[in-house]
Amino acid sequence: MLTQLTHDITTMSRRRWLAATAGLVLGLAAFSNAKAQETIKVGVLHSLSGTMAISETTLKDTVLFLIDEQNKKGGVLGKKLEAVVVDPASNWPLFAEKARELITKDKVSVVFGCWTSVSRKSVLPVFKELNSILFYPVQYEGEESERNVFYTGAAPNQQAIPAVDYLMKDEKVKRWVLAGTDYVYPRTTNKILEAYLKSKGVKQEDIMINYTPFGHSDWQTIVADIKKFGSAGKKTAVVSTINGDANVPFYKELGNQGIKATDIPVVAFSVGEEELAGIDTKPLLGHLAAWNYFQSIKDPANEKFIKAWQAYTKNPKRVTNDPMEAHVIGFDMWVKAVEKVKSTDPDKVIDALPGIEAKNLTGGTSKMLPNHHITKPVFIGEIKANGQFDVVWKTPGLVAGDAWSKELDGSKDLIGDWVGKKCGNYNTKTNKCGGQGS
Amino acid sequence: MPANFLHRIRAVLLAILLTATFAVPALAGPFEDAVAKFANDDFSDTDEAIGAVATSGNPLAFPIISALQEGRLSADPDTKKVFVTGSDGKIIDAATGAAVDKLPDNAAAVRLNNRLRRAVEAALGGLTLLSPDPAKRIAAAQSVFKSHEESALAVIDDALAKETNKGAKAAFTEARAAILLYKPDATEVEKLEAVAVVKARGDQEAMALLTGLSGDVPPNVARAAASAITSIQSNLAMWSMVQNAWYGLSLGSVLLLAAIGLAITFGVMGVINMAHGEMVMIGAYTTFVVQEVIRTRYPGLFDYSLLIAVPLAFLVAGAIGVLIERGIIRFLYGRPLETLLATWGLSLVLQQAVRTMFGPTNREVGNPSWMSGAFELGQITITYNRLWILCFTLAVFVILLAMLRYTALGLEMRAVTQNRRMAASMGIATSRVDALTFGLGSGIAGIAGVALSQIDNVSPNLGQSYIIDSFMVVVFGGVGNLWGTLVGAFTLGIANKFLEPVAGAVLGKIAILVLIILFIQKRPRGLFALKGRAVEA
Amino acid sequence: MTPHVLTRSLDRSATIFLVVVAGLGVLIPLSNLLLPAGSMFQVPTYLVALFGKYACYAILALSIDLIWGYCGILSLGHGAFFALGGYAMGMYLMRQIGSRGVYGNPILPDFMVFLNYPSLPWYWYGFDMFWFAALMVLVVPGLLAFCFGWLAFRSRVTGVYLSIITQAMTYALLLAFFRNDFGFGGNNGLTDFKDILGFNVQADGTRAALFALSCLALIVTFLICRAVVTSKLGKVLIAIRDAESRTRFLGYRVESYKLFVFTLSACMAGVAGALYVPQVGIINPSEFAPGNSIEAVIWVAVGGRGTLVGAALGAVVVNYAKTYFTSGPLAPYWLFMLGALFILVTLLLPKGIVGTFSAWRASRKETQRANAESADLEDGVGEPKPAE
Repeated sequence: MLTQLTHDITTMSRRRWLAATAGLVLGLAAFSNAKAQETIKVGVLHSLSGTMAISETTLKDTVLFLIDEQNKKGGVLGKKLEAVVVDPASNWPLFAEKARELITKDKVSVVFGCWTSVSRKSVLPVFKELNSILFYPVQYEGEESERNVFYTGAAPNQQAIPAVDYLMKDEKVKRWVLAGTDYVYPRTTNKILEAYLKSKGVKQEDIMINYTPFGHSDWQTIVADIKKFGSAGKKTAVVSTINGDANVPFYKELGNQGIKATDIPVVAFSVGEEELAGIDTKPLLGHLAAWNYFQSIKDPANEKFIKAWQAYTKNPKRVTNDPMEAHVIGFDMWVKAVEKVKSTDPDKVIDALPGIEAKNLTGGTSKMLPNHHITKPVFIGEIKANGQFDVVWKTPGLVAGDAWSKELDGSKDLIGDWVGKKCGNYNTKTNKCGGQGS
Repeated sequence: MPANFLHRIRAVLLAILLTATFAVPALAGPFEDAVAKFANDDFSDTDEAIGAVATSGNPLAFPIISALQEGRLSADPDTKKVFVTGSDGKIIDAATGAAVDKLPDNAAAVRLNNRLRRAVEAALGGLTLLSPDPAKRIAAAQSVFKSHEESALAVIDDALAKETNKGAKAAFTEARAAILLYKPDATEVEKLEAVAVVKARGDQEAMALLTGLSGDVPPNVARAAASAITSIQSNLAMWSMVQNAWYGLSLGSVLLLAAIGLAITFGVMGVINMAHGEMVMIGAYTTFVVQEVIRTRYPGLFDYSLLIAVPLAFLVAGAIGVLIERGIIRFLYGRPLETLLATWGLSLVLQQAVRTMFGPTNREVGNPSWMSGAFELGQITITYNRLWILCFTLAVFVILLAMLRYTALGLEMRAVTQNRRMAASMGIATSRVDALTFGLGSGIAGIAGVALSQIDNVSPNLGQSYIIDSFMVVVFGGVGNLWGTLVGAFTLGIANKFLEPVAGAVLGKIAILVLIILFIQKRPRGLFALKGRAVEA
Repeated sequence: MTPHVLTRSLDRSATIFLVVVAGLGVLIPLSNLLLPAGSMFQVPTYLVALFGKYACYAILALSIDLIWGYCGILSLGHGAFFALGGYAMGMYLMRQIGSRGVYGNPILPDFMVFLNYPSLPWYWYGFDMFWFAALMVLVVPGLLAFCFGWLAFRSRVTGVYLSIITQAMTYALLLAFFRNDFGFGGNNGLTDFKDILGFNVQADGTRAALFALSCLALIVTFLICRAVVTSKLGKVLIAIRDAESRTRFLGYRVESYKLFVFTLSACMAGVAGALYVPQVGIINPSEFAPGNSIEAVIWVAVGGRGTLVGAALGAVVVNYAKTYFTSGPLAPYWLFMLGALFILVTLLLPKGIVGTFSAWRASRKETQRANAESADLEDGVGEPKPAE
């Protein structure tokens, strides 16, 4: 097609060149208005190439799977669902461009997508401007509550703080290494954790914070530093917000330098079943991860989901993970909201979503909150030799997601409430919408 | 792993000894109750059970605890019966020792968490202090050193008296010192002696022990401990320099390995091969495929998987290299910047091809046993995989150098590089040499992929992360000179590792890049510049 | 004679190029704003933003072609200048948010509140004024290029060495801007812009105006580039490209020429970046990624190195292909297509689209003329030379 195009251009006469350029423009314009709406379109905005493809491709498959299942049940409002898949190629400006294309050209009713915070930040103005709906399935740093976005992943209080609590209580950890990749999620999580630890009486010298670039692959020095930090006579743990790609070399180095979970346990917030599939987990036995879902959780809903998913992907070894469950919950909530208001009109669906409940895969029922976050259980799992997690602790009930962290000065008075206050950053002190002010 | 029966004999011996030492009556009732607690699937019950079983003196204690550690202890939650599956597959009832035909259907392995794993280690440490195997005794003494459990003192004293093995004796002495240091009613003299012993050990664990000492020790002891800490610290600071140098060498070897293929395609042939990283990736995926086949067909050969993968990766990547040269690059000689363009396109295609074939996620490439773990050299830890990669890199370098120097192909390559037309006039088939040279460079990149699969992700993005570093190394060292690449790689590696503790990983890397930019201003043709007219071409 | 034919054809394609760009720059905004939405000839807003992006890329491609196509300096780090210009504009846009950020802080941008900055870092001063930001769009990339070029050209770093150190430069900047401590928002970059010069950046009118401005900037850049390459200075540049040592021996101060054109090119890239940011709504360190710079060089090669029209056209063609292939059923395979395009263009169209086209046309003219000549051979006008 393209070689044809370039060929055309090279052989075209000059006069026709002008005409063709104009035609291209008009053709694109006409194309955008062409198709009639017989199905309900669902946008899938996950990178299929580039650095984030490693994590996001699975989520694209998940949404396609969910749409397939829903269509088997007869679709929504009597119409079939139709997936529109685009590839934003791990390129942040392209995310915004593709979001705009999905909403205005393809006229999708809802978009499931994004992984990194920056991709969400990039599409945010587009969703606000064009008034559409985004379901964001990944644990993130919080400090956001937007009318057009529904956050089905964990906020920091649904992952980080329970994990630290567990280590403090059960493992009697006194000294903390907060290691992360240098971007906003680890920065914020570590700031929240630092404030939280200090409020629990941990001294500054017992906290070591370390940031590394994306895709960091030589961990010798840092692992040696951790080892040194851990030999000060107090029980030490590492809280890892190290991002995807850098984890494999990090854990390999840990294993090889002989840091065992019984000496210095590492609790990770970004390492799930999918990431472990690339590592030999025997040396990692006992290291921890905190998530709202684990594949190994014994629950009929979960077992049914795993079976259907493996059948759909025709891979009996295909693993499931936490962001997938977030999409499962988000998708279910969207379907319920659309059926409740009998319309896919964004305004109606957005207003209907808070309060909608959906079964999660771990035996509970998650609820969409007025701040557009959901309630989730928190599990702490230990890595097993087979690449799965063994749940060693869980919160007694579901934890409500806080859009704004109570541990940070800038946000401790803020709440998100899109039901009563119709505001994402309502200040409970000044009783005004619009942030902290000063 | 010794036979189950040996275990049992040892356990019986142990039990007798332990009974004699602690005089704990081996009553059937409490032991059975304790064992039944394993079936509750509750971590605190399991914890109690470990404690009770370990101190019971029952001959089954050792098999039970070691089975627990290895995940061979299973429990039936309904009948509260607990079973030990021996390493030979035989099953016994943990409470009675009676043989059982098969596990009940709903029996599940008793779960552990880190706290329990530590308890198990401590219990096993206590149970194996008198093991006939000196290595096991040392390991047990080490775990006592770490846990400094007062209860182990009697056994340690007992063992120390009988010990003949030098290493084990030292380990027991240290363990004893650790216990005394923390024993509230130990005399001041004992404690001072203990400080001296721990100080002599001089490593980070000794430091941990001394710094962890609470304030209520006699002032003399506290003073001795403080001075011991300072002396250990200065000792460790010196070692940390050695450690940085080692890390630098290791990073340098990785850089060299990634860059050495490029030194041939880019340095010798002048082809800017942006698909070089993808050749590395292909090598890594070849390793993955080899391991997959071995895992499913010949699990016994796993330790040799890398040895098999090295020639295969060379052949696969080399063959692809020859194809690329014949299909694309040979049309672009004399237009080096356009090879950049075409090979960049090629790298996109290869990445996406691998992504389509193997999926976008990381693939697991295991470390063979001889590449796992580490050993201590003085106060630094040297991991086997890094050590092997260093040796491997140097071996590849030497072989390559020898090949260029002594073989006919090497001679032809050098001739073609130096003067293509003259070489052609002498009857050298230059186009064949071009293809083989490019194949060689790509093949070496493939070999690099085998080694890098041991320390990094095996994902479609693998190559991307090395391509820039590789170019830096080749340019820094001087294009067209293998020795330059060697020196360049190790210089950059060591500089990076000495900067990292001072400036942090990110700033360190930025500093290195700025230094390279400035260095090139000073020596525009790299560290080892080729002299003569060829340079101007 | 041949040189005459060449300049005339360049003139013609340049005229067409200018007319097309100017026409689109006027027609598209008008169609977008005046025609009713849904009408067949109305250009939807998302296409306006998309074409605006292409125009910015075309400016970047022109700036690369100026130094690579006409002076033989292959910069694999030109994305850095583009991104720096973008950051300067992004900083202005951030300051314009004022107290409308999520935390409502009137001075500090959200990410600074978030990371507990006590006050605005000094290097953010002045960016609340448009004229200052606009000046910085030119000054920052220009100054960096000047310093970098001054060092590199004086030391006679050439060829691949220069390419690799420009790559090192952009890579170092990438790592630096990723650092949150650097004060530019880390990986999230600058985003959530509200106003530019008092106009809402998301309003259709602003978008249309930005598109028209981008087209204007493209025309101005094109004219500057053309003025440079057709002047005496341009002849020296071409001489440097073709035989640097010889030019130096003839008494030209090669370093000064290179430095001038490199700095000029960096300023152009900065302008491109500055126009790009309000249209895509985000600037993030990934713009510094070496891959982006390589891709920009590839646009030039695809369009035709050494032809200004080609560079701009290449940027549009490749990016259109990228937009087209990344959606729909082809999405999983788009890298295959893009990669294959790069390989095929290099192998089959070594002079790029425009270069091949003009060569083909020149040879056709030659054959026509040769045919005419063969009719009366005795005239003997002279040997036909292929256009280079």
